[in-house]
Amino acid sequence: MDTQSFIIQQLINAIFLGSIFALIALGYTMVYGIIELINFAHGEMFTAGAFIGVIVLAVLQKSGFVEAHFVITLFIVFGMAMAYVAVLGVAIEHVAYKPLRNASRLAAILSALGMSIFLSNGMMLSQGVSDRAYPPLLGMEGFSIFDARITYGQVFIIILSFALMLALYSFVKRTKLGKAMRATAQNKPMARMCGIDIDRTIRVTFMIGPALGAAAGVMVGMHYGSVRFDMGFIYMIKAFAAAILGGIGSIPGAMLGGMIIGGVEVLWSAFLPSEWKDVTTFSVLILVLYLRPAGILGESVAETRV
Amino acid sequence: MRIKTMDSEHPILELRDVHTYYGNIHALKGVSISIPAEGIACLIGANGAGKSTTLLTIFGVQQAAKGEIVFNGESIHHLRPEQVAARGVAQTPEGRQIFPRMTTLENLEMGAYLRNDKKGVAEDMEWVFSLFPVLKERRNQLGGTLSGGEQQMLSMARALMSRPKLLLLDEPSLGLAPKLVKRIFETIIKINKSGTTIFLVEQNARMALSISGIGYVMEIGRIVLSDKAAALLQSEQVKKAYLGE
Amino acid sequence: MARSDLKKFIVYSLFLGILILPMIGLPSTTFNAAKALGVWGVFVGILGLWLLGKTVRQSSSYQRSASGLTSVFRPISGRISSISNRYYIGIFLAAVVTYPLLTNNYMIDVGITCLIYIVLGLGLNIVVGLAGLLDLGYIAFYAVGAYSYSILNLNFGLSFWLCLPIGIVLGAICGCIIGYPTLRMRGDYLAIVTMGFGEIIRLALNNWDTLTKGPNGLLGMAKPAIMYPGFIDGGLTWITYPLKSLHALYYVIFIFGVLTVIGVHRLNNSRIGRAWVAIREDETAAELSGVPTTWLKLLAYAMGAAFASVVGAFFAAKLSYVNPNFFIFMESCIVLCIVVLGGVGSIPGIILGGIVIIAVPEVFREFESYRMLAFGLAMATMMVLRPEGLIPASRRKRELHQTNQKTHEDKNDG
Repeated sequence: MDTQSFIIQQLINAIFLGSIFALIALGYTMVYGIIELINFAHGEMFTAGAFIGVIVLAVLQKSGFVEAHFVITLFIVFGMAMAYVAVLGVAIEHVAYKPLRNASRLAAILSALGMSIFLSNGMMLSQGVSDRAYPPLLGMEGFSIFDARITYGQVFIIILSFALMLALYSFVKRTKLGKAMRATAQNKPMARMCGIDIDRTIRVTFMIGPALGAAAGVMVGMHYGSVRFDMGFIYMIKAFAAAILGGIGSIPGAMLGGMIIGGVEVLWSAFLPSEWKDVTTFSVLILVLYLRPAGILGESVAETRV
Repeated sequence: MRIKTMDSEHPILELRDVHTYYGNIHALKGVSISIPAEGIACLIGANGAGKSTTLLTIFGVQQAAKGEIVFNGESIHHLRPEQVAARGVAQTPEGRQIFPRMTTLENLEMGAYLRNDKKGVAEDMEWVFSLFPVLKERRNQLGGTLSGGEQQMLSMARALMSRPKLLLLDEPSLGLAPKLVKRIFETIIKINKSGTTIFLVEQNARMALSISGIGYVMEIGRIVLSDKAAALLQSEQVKKAYLGE
Repeated sequence: MARSDLKKFIVYSLFLGILILPMIGLPSTTFNAAKALGVWGVFVGILGLWLLGKTVRQSSSYQRSASGLTSVFRPISGRISSISNRYYIGIFLAAVVTYPLLTNNYMIDVGITCLIYIVLGLGLNIVVGLAGLLDLGYIAFYAVGAYSYSILNLNFGLSFWLCLPIGIVLGAICGCIIGYPTLRMRGDYLAIVTMGFGEIIRLALNNWDTLTKGPNGLLGMAKPAIMYPGFIDGGLTWITYPLKSLHALYYVIFIFGVLTVIGVHRLNNSRIGRAWVAIREDETAAELSGVPTTWLKLLAYAMGAAFASVVGAFFAAKLSYVNPNFFIFMESCIVLCIVVLGGVGSIPGIILGGIVIIAVPEVFREFESYRMLAFGLAMATMMVLRPEGLIPASRRKRELHQTNQKTHEDKNDG
């Protein structure tokens, strides 16, 4: 493959991977921004979304619905996965995080961790230990730019990711509820004094963030063709690295961070032994946290925002 | 602006023997205050006397452990802050507390969060801009980039956006240049004239008393003096302790 | 029965139903509709019991009888608590010592595993409980100990006892390396970084084929051996007696355990221990009071790592096999579970935690696969209901159940 095509191929892969990371990272950053908690269970939201996707697809395929109404199927699959995980997110917030809002950070982190363990094991027990295959919905057809290859499925996923991110961005920037969420994240007591019901805004955050993660889960399932109960773990770490890198609490930051981490991973795999690529991601994460915990777009004094 | 038809002698806000605790610290020890409608009342006292705590307790951010708080005839001491806000109380808290990464305009919009009348909100925004022209200039600037004085004005303007019946002001003069302080207090009088009751907490006793109708003096969580503001300005005790004479 | 509670019950049950229902998934899974209904039923049952309990506790008849019973039991419980702790410790020790003589090999193995995890829990407790540093990668130190013994023994023939101090030093060094970047970090970031380090070490062990044989693991390490002088062919030499039997290994780990308990207990009450608590409670204040926080934090990591390293070497020696998959993130979580469920900072609590988490699933074999599920849920629930753990450290319980300033979130929740 000549250099030109090579670069284009890497770019394609990076954007593809990056947009998925960005979607998951958004979930982290929104939750952290509003209640300063790392939602360890977020990886499980991603996985749950993937599972719901495959389940819904299986149900639809039985009746031959899929072939007849392809586009609607996509809507339904994504919609249901996102809706389910939104409910799950709200449930988890209510049970495991809300009671601990005034407690020590250790307690909140442990609760989140406990929820993560509970959910991943729950999925393992109910869905089985082995991989579950996704019906090859998106197919392998695509087109080439010079010698670089991109499938229609990848195009769809990239477009959908960007659409979701754009939707989120406008929601947060333009709508009243979105602004209330930002206000809640920036100054809770003051937001309450303006009449904002912070319980409600937090709940909405836990609907949107996990839902985005679920969408990413369906995308990953569809593209790579399988889901596993523990697929969330590695995506969680990488997405978290992306959120931190971009600046935790910052929505554009999460998107930027996602792209960068996607790029790093793709570039690494292209030139260096790939079994060490995860070590690279972890190292990047640790380096960022050590050198500039605020990330690229975050405020420079993250510690004072207590 | 709204014209209040309530009897001015009828208290709009009453605290009856309110006690508040911070953990084991007894911050308010049986505070009783009565604020007449449409007037300006002030609470003066030294640092740490409990003035801010009083305002936070009224709003429900700090919960009163004992006692009653009655606003417009309704008990509010068990309500959550957002519910208190819905009843027509607004606050400009200590330290301004604006939303730093939202624009001036968005900050004001948050003040009007509970309102649904677009036209009324737009009108009030014009009014607020007329009170504080510099905010109009900086309306698309992020709140965190405004100067101290501008943030104070923004905080006050935001509180006004909800058309509150009662406006609580916590140390509006803190950290501001004297010329600005004078302007702020003139604005407070203007706001009051438009029908909003004002309850003002201040360290700058002279300025506070000079614009108030009645005044309360607080020391270590207790009200030690209460009288017409004019009388307090003349009182020997107040003069020595708070007016620097 | 309060209207709002009933409403809550119905809403929660509905939510649970919505969440559990889709998980029925595809017909090929074992989680069919019947099982789903069963799980839902269990949760609804728990909710119902909670609702019932709340109603009963609030009823006046219960309160009357409860006060009556308390007056009867108080003198009795007073008498019980006045029995010195020494008796309990003595009985417990006797039970632990005689345990291997009473059961079969399988159960002795379970006992050994319990003891290993108890030592791990106590070691982690130094980092998390005393110094307040949330370490999610603790299992890495266990791996360091295990692999250092394996490599040294297989390549250089060093004996177990010689490798122990080497392992301790290596572990301590690793502790310092991992601890150093985290010195200025806040709680959640600290957790992520330590988790990252844990994973890095595991991945490194997995990928560094030349040193560790990668995913194949290392095989054939010697068991710990005792040397004693004896006569062979008329000459005085050292005779090596490898401790192969499970009984012997049990007693070795038991002695480690006792030493660990004594060590941790001593640390708890030492100046260092108190300095750690000061750092945990309020680092800035501690620094201003002259506490050398940097050094002490690194010491906490190093000491925790040292304990893990020792049992890691023991584990490798006992099993004669190590593999990177023994040291996954989930293992760190298990150790953390033990500490949290038992009671952060509480030695008897952690011992109980270790026994519960390791031994109980062994006894109830059918529920083995539900083990982590239950413990994940238990961890979250514990934090909400009883953050001080099963057997709380006396200090902690006072801290956590003190009546704090009541903000509205407390009173008007739900």
